[in-house]
Amino acid sequence: MTILLKGGEVVDPAQDLKKKADVLLEKGRVAKLGRIGAQEGWRVVDVSSMYVMPGLIDMHVHLREPGQEYKETIETGSRAAVAGGFTSIACMPNTEPVNDCEAITRYILEKGRQANLVNIHPVGAITKGLNGMELAEIGEMVRTGAVAISDDGKPVQNNQIMRRAMEYSRIFDVPVLDHCEDCDLAAHGVMNEGTVSTELGLRGMHAVAEELQVVRDIMLSRLTGTRVHICHISSEEALNAIREAKAKGLKVTCEVAPHHFTLTDENVRTYDPDFRMNPPLRTGRDVEAMISGLADGSIDCIATDHAPHARIDKDLTFEDAANGVIGLETSVPLVWEHLVRKDVISVSRMVELMSLNPSRILGLDRGTLKVGSVADVTVIDPDKEITVDASQFESKARNCPFDGWQLHGCPVLTIVKGRVVWNRLS
Amino acid sequence: MPLSGKNLLGIAGLPVSDVRLILNTARSFREISSRAIKKVPTLRGRTVINLFYEPSTRTRSSFEIAAKRLSADSLNFSASSSSVSKGETLIDTALNLQSMNPDIIIIRHKAAGAPHLLAKHCRDCAVINAGDGMHEHPTQALLDALTIEDKKGKLEGLKVSIVGDITHSRVARSNALLLKKMGADVWICGPPTLIPLDFEQYDVTVTYDMLEALSGADVVMMLRTQLERQQEVFFPSVKEYFSLYGLNRKKLSAAKKDVIVMHPGPINRGVEIDPEIADGDVSVILEQVTNGVAVRMAILYLILGASEEGSK
Repeated sequence: MTILLKGGEVVDPAQDLKKKADVLLEKGRVAKLGRIGAQEGWRVVDVSSMYVMPGLIDMHVHLREPGQEYKETIETGSRAAVAGGFTSIACMPNTEPVNDCEAITRYILEKGRQANLVNIHPVGAITKGLNGMELAEIGEMVRTGAVAISDDGKPVQNNQIMRRAMEYSRIFDVPVLDHCEDCDLAAHGVMNEGTVSTELGLRGMHAVAEELQVVRDIMLSRLTGTRVHICHISSEEALNAIREAKAKGLKVTCEVAPHHFTLTDENVRTYDPDFRMNPPLRTGRDVEAMISGLADGSIDCIATDHAPHARIDKDLTFEDAANGVIGLETSVPLVWEHLVRKDVISVSRMVELMSLNPSRILGLDRGTLKVGSVADVTVIDPDKEITVDASQFESKARNCPFDGWQLHGCPVLTIVKGRVVWNRLS
Repeated sequence: MPLSGKNLLGIAGLPVSDVRLILNTARSFREISSRAIKKVPTLRGRTVINLFYEPSTRTRSSFEIAAKRLSADSLNFSASSSSVSKGETLIDTALNLQSMNPDIIIIRHKAAGAPHLLAKHCRDCAVINAGDGMHEHPTQALLDALTIEDKKGKLEGLKVSIVGDITHSRVARSNALLLKKMGADVWICGPPTLIPLDFEQYDVTVTYDMLEALSGADVVMMLRTQLERQQEVFFPSVKEYFSLYGLNRKKLSAAKKDVIVMHPGPINRGVEIDPEIADGDVSVILEQVTNGVAVRMAILYLILGASEEGSK
C-alpha cells in the first residue's frame, strides 16, 4: 500500500526540516517529500493542521512478558505503544525469566513479530538473572537483536562488575543503560526522602542514592570509554553531574520520564500507590531542573519507564504497593501540554527527544523521514483535547497517575514500516 | 457539638477547636471511670471494631474499655500476619467488616496511610487512627495533651522536650503537631541518625544535646527505643545510647523543678529511662494511661453520640 500524507507540517530535525510538505510512503520506506499530487491506487490521508514526524521511540518500557503476563503482554504493550504514537520501543530485561540469554531475546522478538504492531527492541541483561555478579551472554543477545544492556530494576551495585560490563560491551558498541541507585543508601525507601516523607511517615530514599550512582557511571565511562545512558533521571544534582560530564566530552546521555517533569512528592500526600515509582517523585525544584534540562539540551530523551502492574499489585497501602506507573498512552499529550504548548521546547526539539536521539543512542537507523528511511511515522493533532481515562487504555494496566487530566495534543496516526497500525483521525 | 470531620486520621488537619472539645469532653468523662458502676448508656447499640494489625496492649485495651464504658458493643479483630500481602487483606477485611455495619473502625497498622486507605473503602462508618506506621498516633497526642494540661494548667508557652528515636515515632509526629498547635515550645532531641530530614518543618527546635533539650524543660517526653531495629546502624550500643540520651536523675536536674516525665510505653527500663525516674514522683506515665481511656471515650462519643444529638 502506498500512502500519501497530505498537507501536514513535517518536522524532521535530522534534516533540519520544519515545513508544510506531503510525505509519500512506498514499500515500507519514505519515497518522497514535498508537493506531491495524488495518484490512483494510493491511500491519501489528509493531515492538514497536523504535525508529521518520524515515528516516536520509547527507549524504556517494561512489557512483563515472559513471566508476568497478568500485568501486560507483548501484544497489549504493543497496542498501548502504537496508541500512544510510538513506532519503536525498547523493552527492559527484568522479565521472568530475565532476558539474559539468546533464547529469551529470541522469544521476545518472536512475540513482537506475532503482535505485528510496533518495532520491539529488546534490552539484554548485564548480569545473569540480574544477580549483579556474573556477566550475561551479552554477545549472543546482541547478535540476536538486543540493542543495549541494562540491569534496570535491580541495578549493578558492584563497581568492578560494572566496569567489566562497560568494557565488555565495547566489543559490540551497545550502550549500557543504567537505573542509578545505590541500594544500600536507598534502603528500601518508598518515596523521596525530604520534608514530605518526614511528614507522611514514609521511609524515604534520598536523591543522593541516585546521584552517587550517576557519578560512578560517569567515572566508569571515562575509564572505559563506553557509552553510558542514564535512565529516568529525577534529581537536579544528577542532571548537573551529567551536564558536567557532557561538557568534558564524555559519552554520557540521559532520559527523563514524563512523571518526573509533571509531578512532585507533594502528590504522595494522598497515599495513592499510583504515585509510587522508582526513582520516586522528587521536589518541585527537581521538576524545574528537569524542565530546564529538557529545554537546554542536557537531557537527551524522554522515555516513559512504562511499568504496568495489575490492580492486585497496587490496591495496597503505599508501603506495600509495587513501584511503577504506566506511560505509553499519556506521554505525547503530557509532553505536548507541559512542554510544547508552554514553549519550553519546540516541536523539533520534541522530535529530537522522542525519536532522533533514542534512535541514535540505540543505533536503530530510524528517527528521520529522509527519503529512503524506514516509513515509521507519527502524526499528532496539536489541538485535540483529551481527558485521560485509564479505563479505556489499550494497556492491560491501569496504574496511571494522570487519570482525569485534561491535555492537548494527541497522536492520531501511527505508521510502522509503511503500514497504518493506529488511526484515530476522524 | 460534633467534631468537624467524620474520621480521626491524624492531628494534622484537626482544628484547635476540635482539640479543645475533645480535651474538655474527656475531662467530663473521667469521672465515669471512678464510679463503682463504670458504665453509661450513651452509645448503646453502637458497634465499634478494633482492627489491630500490630501488637498493642495499652491502645487496644484502652479503646475497648472506652467503648464498653459508653455501652457500645466492641469487637476485637487482631489480624495476624498472613502469607498474602497485608494490604490486600486490609481492603478485603475492610469491605467485609463494613458489610456488618459497624459505626466505627479503629485501626492500627504498620503502614503509614493505612487508615486513609480504610476510610476510602469504608465510607459508611467512621475511621479512627490508632497508629499508622511512622506517621501519626493522634489519640496518644491528645491524651498526652490532657495529662500535661492537668499537671501544668496550660499547654501554651511550656517547654516540652521529646527525646529518643524520632524517625520511627508516630508519637513524636502527632505530639509535635498538637503541641505546636496549642502554643507549646517543642524541643526534639536524639541522635542525628534517628531524626528525620526537615523535622524543623513542625516549627520545633532540634538538638542532639540532651542537656540543652532538658534545660528549663516543663515536660520531658521519652520515646521508646526500638531495639528490634538494632540491625540497622543507628547507634553503636544500648550502653552508649543510654549514656547520651537515657533519662537519669542527673540529666533531669537540668529541667525545671516541677518537671513531669512522660512515656507512651512500653518502657525499656535502663535503655531510655532509669527505672528510678520511671517509678518516681516526676513520672506521670500511669496517669497517661488513665487519661487514655477518657480521651478515647470522648472521641467515640463526639464521633457518634454528639453527631446524633446534633441531628435531632
